[in-house]
Amino acid sequence: MQDLNPSNNIKTFKELESSQIPPLGGGGASPSAGGAASLSLHLADTNLILAQRNGEWCAHGPILEQDIAITNISLDLIGQARNFYQYAAQLINQSSDQLTNAATEDSLAYLRTEREFKNLLITELPNGDWAQTILRQFFYSVYQYGLYDQLQRGSDAQLAAIAEKSIKETTYHVKWSSEWVLRLGDGTEESHERMQKALQNTWAYTGEMFMPADYEMGTGTDFNLLKDQWEKKVRHVLEEATLSYPGGAGNENPVFMQTGGKTGVHTEHMGFILADLQYLQRTYPGATW
Amino acid sequence: MSTTYHTIISTEEKKIWQLLEAVCDPEVPVLTIVDLGIVRDVKVKDNGVEIIITPTYSGCPAMDAISMDIRLKMIEHGYKNVKITSILSPAWTTDWMSDAGKRKLLEYGIAPPQYRSAAAGNKEQNIECPQCHSHNTKLLSQFGSTACKALYQCNDCKEPFDYFKCH
Repeated sequence: MQDLNPSNNIKTFKELESSQIPPLGGGGASPSAGGAASLSLHLADTNLILAQRNGEWCAHGPILEQDIAITNISLDLIGQARNFYQYAAQLINQSSDQLTNAATEDSLAYLRTEREFKNLLITELPNGDWAQTILRQFFYSVYQYGLYDQLQRGSDAQLAAIAEKSIKETTYHVKWSSEWVLRLGDGTEESHERMQKALQNTWAYTGEMFMPADYEMGTGTDFNLLKDQWEKKVRHVLEEATLSYPGGAGNENPVFMQTGGKTGVHTEHMGFILADLQYLQRTYPGATW
Repeated sequence: MSTTYHTIISTEEKKIWQLLEAVCDPEVPVLTIVDLGIVRDVKVKDNGVEIIITPTYSGCPAMDAISMDIRLKMIEHGYKNVKITSILSPAWTTDWMSDAGKRKLLEYGIAPPQYRSAAAGNKEQNIECPQCHSHNTKLLSQFGSTACKALYQCNDCKEPFDYFKCH
C-alpha cells in the first residue's frame, strides 16, 4: 500500500483510536454514507485477506508458473482492495465532521482490529494444500464475478467503476481456477481425494457469500440471482471434475453454513493473519520504504 | 478572443502530450505511457496542469512509479503545479495501445496483443512468436512476468516468450 503523500497519511494506532471514527455499521449520523463505506470496506477486506493468504504461496508454489499465477492473482486482489479502501476512506472522511483525512487506505488496512474487519470467513481459512487453495479461489472468483457484474451496473458510480475495472481480472481468475479444479478433480486418485477433502473443509464457508449483511441490503445487489448463478457454475465444474456437489435443493443433509465474517466475528485464524499483516505499521507507525 | 485563448491552450496541451511521450513504462521500457494508452486527458488550467491517467490492471505496481515520473518530467520543464488524477472508468483495454506501441513491443521480443479486446475470447492461441514469427506456439501460463502478460512457448524455435494479453 503506497500513497503519493505518505508523510501525513498514516496515523498511529492511538491517534486513530482517539479520533473516534463513527461506527460503520450504519448507525452513524449519515446512514447512507455509513452503509456504502461499510460495503466498500467489506469488499476491500475480503480481497485483502485472500491476497494475503494466496501470497503465502510465494516461493512455495508447486511449480514456478503456478507460483507466479497465484501471486499474480494476489496482486490483482490487492489492487482491487486498494481501490475499495480508497473509496471507503473518502466516504468515512466525508461523513466525519471533526476530522479531516483521518482515514486513508493504509490506516484502514493496517490499523483496524479483528472485529472491525468484514471479510468473508472463507478467505481467512488456512491455505491447506494446493487443492484447498485452488478450490477456495474457484468458489470466490465465481462469486466475485457475479457480484462485480451486478455492481458495475449498480447505482453507486465509484463502486461501479471499480467493479468494471476488476471484473476483467476476475475473468482470468475464474478461468485459471476452473481449469485447476478439473485437472485435480479428474486427475489422479490422490489429487481427486485431496479435492474431495478440500470440498469438505471449505463448503461450510460458501453460504456466507449469499447472506447479505445490513450494509448490503438495499444496495441493489440481487443475492438470489448471485446464488443461482454461482451454484449453476460451481455445480457444472465440480461435476465435470468428477467431484460430488454438496449443495442443491433436495439435499437430505444440508451443510450448516458458517457466518460472521461480514460483521466482524471471525475464526481463530484471523488474529494471526492480522499480526502478520499489521506488525510493521503497529510497531513502527508511519514507516515507509 | 475566446478563439485565441483556445488556441493557446491547445498548443500548451500539445506540448504536454509531447512531454508525456518521453515518459516510459518502468516495466516495459520500450513503451511510452502514451503508446500504452494510459493517458486519458491533459487539462491546462489557470493555476496548473491536470493529467488524467488510468491503470492497466488494478494492482499494477508501476502506476505509482509512473505518476512520479510524470511529475518529474513536468517539473523538469517548469510545470510546478501538476495534479495527477487516476480514473477507473471506462476500464483500460489493450485496444488503446497505439500501433507504434505494438510494433515496439514486437521488436523488443514481447508479442503484442493480437485481437481486439472484446473479440479475444478464447482465441488467444497460435500467437506469433516474436523471435522466429512462427504461429506454432503454445500457452504455458495465463500469468507471466507482469500482470499484463502471459507466458507462451514457440514449438518451432523452442523459445519461451511473453505475450501482452488482450485485456
